[in-house]
Amino acid sequence: MNVPFTVNGESVEVDGHAMERLLDVLRTQLGLTGTKEGCGEGECGACTVLLDGEPVLSCLVPLLQCTGRRIETVESLSEGPARTFLERFVATGGVQCGACTPGIVVTAWALLQRSPAPTEAETREALAGNLCRCTGYEGILRAIKS
Amino acid sequence: MIGIGESPPRPDGFAKVTGAARYVDDVTFPGMMHGATVRSPHPHARILAIRWFPERAPAGALCLTAADLPGPNGVQLIDDGWPILAADTVRHVGEPVALVAAPTLLAARQALAAVEVDYEPLPTVLDMDDPEPLPPLYEIGMDSGNVEAGLAQAAHVIEGEWRTGHQEHIYIECQGMIAWEEDEGITVLGSMQCPYYVHKALVHAFDLLPERARVRVSAVGGGFGGKEDFPSALAIHAALLAKASGNPVKMIYDRHEDIVATTKRHPAIVRHRAGVDADGRLLALDIEILMDGGAYGTLSSVVLSRALLHSFGPYRCPNVRIRGKVLRTHTAPNSAFRGFGAPQVEFALERQMDKIARAVGLDPLEIRLRNVVEPGDRLPTGQVLDGSTSARLCLEEAASRTRFRERWLELEEARSRQDGHGPMRGIGISLYFHGAGFTGNGERRMKSPVTVRLVEDGRIEILTAMTDMGQGCGAVFTQIAAAAAGVGPEDLVFAEPDTAAVPDSGPTVASRTTMIVGNLIARAVSELRDRVLASHGDENRFRHFRDIAREYRRTEGPLEITLHHEPPETQAFDESTYQGAAYPTYAWGSDVVEVEVDPDTLAVRPLHVTAVCEVGRAIHPTLCAGQIEGGTLQAIGWALMEEVKLDKGRYLNDRLATYIIPTILDTPRMDIHLLERPWEGGPFGAKGVGELPMDGGAPAVAQAIENATGVMVTGIPATPERLLRWTAEGQRV
Repeated sequence: MNVPFTVNGESVEVDGHAMERLLDVLRTQLGLTGTKEGCGEGECGACTVLLDGEPVLSCLVPLLQCTGRRIETVESLSEGPARTFLERFVATGGVQCGACTPGIVVTAWALLQRSPAPTEAETREALAGNLCRCTGYEGILRAIKS
Repeated sequence: MIGIGESPPRPDGFAKVTGAARYVDDVTFPGMMHGATVRSPHPHARILAIRWFPERAPAGALCLTAADLPGPNGVQLIDDGWPILAADTVRHVGEPVALVAAPTLLAARQALAAVEVDYEPLPTVLDMDDPEPLPPLYEIGMDSGNVEAGLAQAAHVIEGEWRTGHQEHIYIECQGMIAWEEDEGITVLGSMQCPYYVHKALVHAFDLLPERARVRVSAVGGGFGGKEDFPSALAIHAALLAKASGNPVKMIYDRHEDIVATTKRHPAIVRHRAGVDADGRLLALDIEILMDGGAYGTLSSVVLSRALLHSFGPYRCPNVRIRGKVLRTHTAPNSAFRGFGAPQVEFALERQMDKIARAVGLDPLEIRLRNVVEPGDRLPTGQVLDGSTSARLCLEEAASRTRFRERWLELEEARSRQDGHGPMRGIGISLYFHGAGFTGNGERRMKSPVTVRLVEDGRIEILTAMTDMGQGCGAVFTQIAAAAAGVGPEDLVFAEPDTAAVPDSGPTVASRTTMIVGNLIARAVSELRDRVLASHGDENRFRHFRDIAREYRRTEGPLEITLHHEPPETQAFDESTYQGAAYPTYAWGSDVVEVEVDPDTLAVRPLHVTAVCEVGRAIHPTLCAGQIEGGTLQAIGWALMEEVKLDKGRYLNDRLATYIIPTILDTPRMDIHLLERPWEGGPFGAKGVGELPMDGGAPAVAQAIENATGVMVTGIPATPERLLRWTAEGQRV
């Protein structure tokens, strides 16, 4: 079936199975490989993208559910207002291996959009679904705090 | 110019935060097929038959078994005892039995169903408590002084048995590899720590000339030791399918497969018999180390070696006897994991010190202060410690930053008044060390080279086989080379790790990258700079190096320098007696952890961690602290929640929903303090840091739980279930 939606501001129409994972559609059909798979069952958060501005786990979102909706992936953050935040994320040691990073920066950016100066407790709550095995989360907390 | 001790943005950072960095699963090739693995459901069984039904498989699928191997059926590491594919016997659940490839990932998974295997189950040995164990895989020991005499003099002899469990790496990027035929040989691209290990394994398995195997490294989404040896096996699998199909073949494990099939940290049982005098000073340590190696040897012999050499800890003890064994079981092979045997034995020793302290009537800080090694002391290996020995400094700094003694006493007192209501608090301290670089004569045998050369545009190209699995060696090498050559980062270019281009500067393991390879880079670029400047007159003094270098390259031709690491003669080690300098230097640390324990559920929440570490000079303090932050959290996860559960050799928790690692909500606040004491043997004073932070978190957590609850923590993970059982059994301090 053909499913129309927008990705990073561009209209696309994807021909695929209704239950195909959004993660696979993004990575293989649309070539947006910035979104990563860490577990494939919604536990690690590496595949987080924004669906109408809200963080979702793209490994759990079927293609059909995207009909007419707005998807933003990590690639959309590289230019525009998020850029300064991303540079800070690197500077504070928020990134090491980088495999969890796309999901974390997408989640953190969504948090900063709704709460520009989040408390530490808010930050921890917002990122509770994103596993990082490298940083001990300290560099990530520093990036969001600064 | 960026100096040593500054923290510039890491060169790969922006590509990683924008999703532009290319990991192996982000790469595709025209005509690429996907591979998948048929795995044993049995922990031990004879393979009676393997049948492939192509008519049941998707079009274009193919299947390979051990019968199709072109060369020896072994993954070459230290030896080649680890089968590429099980031939007639499987020895663990998840062991590869056959490989399939098909045009799509879905088709490859469907093709698995077209393979039938008949097994005849055989008797199993599933853990180290089995009364009828298999012959051990490895056995080593060391003696120093006279243990029996030491024990005979002791005022107290204290025994302890300390247990640690498996730990799964959970790098967020699972194992992955792509292989294809190229130039009458094989090329692989993948996620790995050690391209030359993979190279050696391919040459062995396919009986290739070394120049016919080429190994390239993609961006690596975490390693922690898990991508030290396993990628060698995966590369062979992908290459077998690529050769058989004539197409590039990609193999990416999903999380379930990665947990079931790949290596883990060795579970350990460490038994201590310690003699101390009336003041708590160690007179003798009699240590038995048992590690579960799983079904095959992998790197277990060197893990055990490192375990022996860290089992006496940063303490003085005149009489030591250590006996170590790697036992064989019908479980997936265990191998490298950050710390490489040291975390298990240092957990045991630190627990033993706590038990001694209580027996003698000292607090945990005092027992350590009385036994800590100082410069000039002799380790049981005979190595005399030099001025870079900072155990006492770390311990005192950690204690004073946290007011440890007052707080511990206060909480001991509070425990005695505990009424079973309200959360219980506890604090714990640990002292630890980690030998940097390969154990014993490893570095001397490798003589690892680094090459630097002048590029035509006057930049310096640096060629090493080191991989950046997240630790940031790209940033650190840039700083080291820039400072040593007196140039800016823009004057440097780093070759991608590709065995067709870079020399074998050794594996990215053993906390050796900054210290050993960084030092070679510093020496090589200095020599290159000196050669370029010496060829020109004094009038060049004020010109930019790059301009001089460009001119040099044009007039004098190519300039390339290769230097090999040669450990100093003072670092000699006898591998038969375990006497000598096992490591050129040690990094030191002390952790203080405060926890809260729920009196009803016995769930432990770590509240705050202070880690004081001495790793020489921090080249890039943000990345250096990042190693300690991440390693400390891995240690806390191992101590409290990470548990591989096996039932009859089968995994009960082979998913991230059930194998739990710390989330940001489980993570305590961390105060990382680097005690910077430059060490003359490392580049600009740096020692190794990567593994050190794995050694100290778990024993500090265990001691804090005892301080809070009075329950003696004899093993980890200290889950609520274990704490409840120990409480019921009256296992108290």
